[in-house]
Amino acid sequence: MSRRTIGSLLTSAGVLGALTACGNSAASDEGETLTVYSAQHESLVRTMVEGFTEETGIELEFRDANDSELANQIVQEGEASPADVFLTENSPAIDVVDRAGLLAPVDPSTLDQVEAPYRPESGNWVGFAARSTALIHNPAEIAEEELPASMLDLAGPEWEGRVAIAPGGADFQAIVSAVLALEGEDATREWLAGLERNGEIYASNTAIMKAVDEGEVPVGITYHYYWFRDQAQDGLIGDDAELHYFRNQDPGAFVSVSGAGVLASSDQKDDAQRLVEWLTSPEGQERLADSSALEYAVGVGVPSAEALPPLAELQAPAVDPGSLDAPLVTELMQEVGLL
Amino acid sequence: MTLALAVGVAALALLPLGYITWYTADLGWDGVRELVLRPRVAELLWNTTRLVLGTVVCCAVLGVGAAWLVERSSVPARRIWHVLLVAPLAVPAFVNSYAWISLLPGLDTYAGALLVVTLSYFPFVYLPVAAAFRGLDPALEDTARGLGLSTWAVFRRVQLPQLRVALLGGSLLVALHLLAEFGALQMLRYPTFTTAIYDQYRATFNGPGATMLAGILVLLCLGLLLAEIRLRGRRGYARTARGAARPVRPVDLRGLTAPALLALGALVGLALVVPLVSLGYWMTSGRAATFEWAALTTTTGTTLALATAAAAVTTAMALPTGWLAVRARGRISTLLERSTYLGSSVPGIVVALALVTLSIRATPWLYQTVPVLLAAYAILFLPRAIVTVRSAVEQAPPLYDDVASSLGSSAPDRLRRITLPLLAPGIGAGAALVFLAVVTELTATLLLAPTGTTTLATAFWSASSALEYGAAAPYAVIMVLLSAPATVLLSRDARRGLTP
Repeated sequence: MSRRTIGSLLTSAGVLGALTACGNSAASDEGETLTVYSAQHESLVRTMVEGFTEETGIELEFRDANDSELANQIVQEGEASPADVFLTENSPAIDVVDRAGLLAPVDPSTLDQVEAPYRPESGNWVGFAARSTALIHNPAEIAEEELPASMLDLAGPEWEGRVAIAPGGADFQAIVSAVLALEGEDATREWLAGLERNGEIYASNTAIMKAVDEGEVPVGITYHYYWFRDQAQDGLIGDDAELHYFRNQDPGAFVSVSGAGVLASSDQKDDAQRLVEWLTSPEGQERLADSSALEYAVGVGVPSAEALPPLAELQAPAVDPGSLDAPLVTELMQEVGLL
Repeated sequence: MTLALAVGVAALALLPLGYITWYTADLGWDGVRELVLRPRVAELLWNTTRLVLGTVVCCAVLGVGAAWLVERSSVPARRIWHVLLVAPLAVPAFVNSYAWISLLPGLDTYAGALLVVTLSYFPFVYLPVAAAFRGLDPALEDTARGLGLSTWAVFRRVQLPQLRVALLGGSLLVALHLLAEFGALQMLRYPTFTTAIYDQYRATFNGPGATMLAGILVLLCLGLLLAEIRLRGRRGYARTARGAARPVRPVDLRGLTAPALLALGALVGLALVVPLVSLGYWMTSGRAATFEWAALTTTTGTTLALATAAAAVTTAMALPTGWLAVRARGRISTLLERSTYLGSSVPGIVVALALVTLSIRATPWLYQTVPVLLAAYAILFLPRAIVTVRSAVEQAPPLYDDVASSLGSSAPDRLRRITLPLLAPGIGAGAALVFLAVVTELTATLLLAPTGTTTLATAFWSASSALEYGAAAPYAVIMVLLSAPATVLLSRDARRGLTP
């Protein structure tokens, strides 16, 4: 068998695969396709970009994965990255890309569409959604007055085996990055060591909700919207669980921002800026507020879904979403053995 | 020429191992020490070791016990039991664990993990041991019985020693599969090296933490391979005389027939009926009804296309190695063949991790493309193709080739007109085995699938990870249906065991 034959076999197989692997083979004739690396929930992003292609003629192709996976991928790809737009679920991931100098500044008019606390000082990316940290708990297992005053208390010995966490996920890692920004490295290490001892490990926020609902663990660290989404579906998974907000500028009242940024290496920066503008526009934000995602809208003057307690009442601590340090968080979590 | 190709294939197979070695050397002793000598690694080692040991023991007991009942006892409906005992192989382990945990959320313990993976993997022991029983000369057993040994003593002193190779081979398969198992254990909340590597990968992409854990995992796999070779020993167990073997006289169970049937029934019930009933339940649970059939069709199409391409590429790669192993026997061809076996013993997550890094650094234009994914499939499943191609070459006499060549036929012409037609059945069988393995491959596909590509396994995974059990069910059902024919083939052809 000659090398040519092998080569052509490989190529034809590759072509065959590539042809059939196109999700929707409705390719645009224009060839104007933006590649979007998205770590936000698929359904939410698809809802928010509805109408974008009709209005602009720009096709979108998504790579959906997790925050840090995509962020690190973009850093590795560097200038060669095929990504034009990066959407995250939490801001530490987009900070990683920003710190590597791979983001182009976002158009000032786009920045102005978003409330100040939900965009970084640098202006290299912009928030397009937000979520609040919350303590999910089972009232049948633990009385309201027994709940901790601060999220940091969960590292205490009385919580051994009684707190559910999902340390493998970007959500938990974002919460840790807020603790780090607010409390410093040593306090964070100590808190993590306590959680490593106390924590029941789950793979996702949904799994935490289910475990708390079924009484496997009394409390869990999570984001608000999982429970609200479940309520909207008649409490299929978590009808026996309740949410508790820490408030008081506690690290446990941290509001995490989902970021949108344009890659400096993109050869379609104008189209990419249009997509970010679309997501943060009043219409885009209203789409988010009306959707079943139940995350908070961050657009200027756009109210969030009515089911949610207003963001302003949650007394979140002041954290610059552009200052979160994902690499140090990973290091600390490895150190204590949560990763 | 053929040699050059075979060397290329071996090099590809050893790529992940080479990458891990190079990375470790590059990191230096201090970096390695910091990442390896930490409590978390000890915990993972303890978790992984006790699960592997427990599962191997349970699978050995179940596999040998079931094989003895089916091959050597008077238990009724032996043929049907045989098929039913192989059938669990049609349910991928991660589907099995989803079936169990979605019904019994409390299974996220060591015992639960042990139960689920044992039920998924015991056929790996049952199959070769049953085949070995069939190959034993009953005369030995009759002689032993004539000398007054009890049934138990015959089993322990005559049969078991002769089953050693099959039992060890099956146990090795179970252990290697378990070390590579990601989906099932992630779902059962049982952390092992593979699930920890995945978590690390999610947090740091392909950082040193993930790669060092991968290094430890590879060492464990190599240790198992060596241990199996040492334990197997060099003694032959083949019958030397070519006389006709006498028919087996099954041991009459008499009063023990009912308990034996009960035991087999319980095993098949747990390993096959529970997952199928659970799948049926989730299929009809209403969430599946609102299901997007278009997405299911697209995903199935993508999976079949990928599996077809992988089968073609992998089989083509297997040809030179399989050919040389027969036609040019010697140290070099053995070395090349063994390299591919060694390469495929590396867990899928490690192969994927290596290919992510190498393609990003060396061939950015290939990163996230179908060829890289196909390369991963080839590395993981080459032995399946090589074993079948090799046995096809064994059965094709070189004489035809020589005659054609003396009549002036050129090499490519001979390949087209003589060799390939002769090898076709073997090539087809190898391609089918690779095809089926790809249909249910989860771990490497999760890391390497190109943008916008979803396979049955990854679609199932994202739905079941979000605890959308109803939405996940249709994907699982299609994977089981696609795996079923191969399972039937395996149960018929138990003499040629599986390759990992």
